[in-house]
Amino acid sequence: MDSYIWGLILVGMLATFATRALPFIVLGQYAQHPLLKFLGRYLPPVMMVLLVVYATGSMANDVSTGVILGVSAMCVALLQWFFSNPLLSIFLGTLIYAVLI
Amino acid sequence: MRQLLSITLPVALGYVPLGMAFGVLFVSQLDYAWYMASIMALLVFAGSAQFLAVGLLANQASLVEVGVAIFLLNARHLFYGLSLLSELQLRGWRRWYLIFALTDESYSLITSLKADVRKQQSLHWQIAAINQGYWVLGCTLGALLGVGVDIPTQGLEFVLPALFIVLCVEQYRVVRAKGLMLGAAAIASFSLWLWSQQMLILSILLSLSLLLITYRSGRWIATSGG
Repeated sequence: MDSYIWGLILVGMLATFATRALPFIVLGQYAQHPLLKFLGRYLPPVMMVLLVVYATGSMANDVSTGVILGVSAMCVALLQWFFSNPLLSIFLGTLIYAVLI
Repeated sequence: MRQLLSITLPVALGYVPLGMAFGVLFVSQLDYAWYMASIMALLVFAGSAQFLAVGLLANQASLVEVGVAIFLLNARHLFYGLSLLSELQLRGWRRWYLIFALTDESYSLITSLKADVRKQQSLHWQIAAINQGYWVLGCTLGALLGVGVDIPTQGLEFVLPALFIVLCVEQYRVVRAKGLMLGAAAIASFSLWLWSQQMLILSILLSLSLLLITYRSGRWIATSGG
């Protein structure tokens, strides 16, 4: 168990550092390539959708939990859409989930 | 120092509570020592990746899955570096530290400095270091709080999906890629149904294929204006 979390931290560190350091190492020679510009724009929203489903999917063990997850998720999305305050959306959304569950 | 503190105050107000949420989540969801939360804040230093790491640790994800997921989650950083490339004159460890610690918030602070202040390059890595200080402080406080005080943690696991929903809404606001995001939702649901154990890797591969097909079809040019 202990070596697993150290392995995860090391991999997480290298993966994060790679995203921050690669432009400085390859000197941006591909920066203007249209495929990179395309991925730069559209990969982030696609990844966020995948992660929402990944994070909720591992929690939805039965139908009632699924419904509560859906309701809470809608609350977070609406709060964020109208107030644009991440801490508020996360805090209130989690509170709603915690009360319902 | 006063200048640094006043520049970074908004980041402190965001990082300390968010770090605390991470710390509490870490100790309440996992069976690791509290200080592993601080070590993660020191070595990984990426907000959403650390929250995801809690989920990955709980699911005992493979290290390949961890590497791919965190790399792609942070892939937006690839494009921050590019825009700082030409002006970054720091050398040696200061340069590499700034690159290591170039979070969304440090990047936006540095790029929004007034031109005369922005010329002081030593400020850049100091801003990054102070911001990391806030983050480590928040994560550590949260982990200690989670261990020491018996706060009700039921439902706290929702912090992770809530964070990604917030990021999703913000991405939609900026990019408006409705078709691609719906496609990704369909792919993710399908992958979850087909192979829930390896859902993340499977849906990433399928989504990358979808992105490449969309790119090849050339249709994105018409919709990418703005």
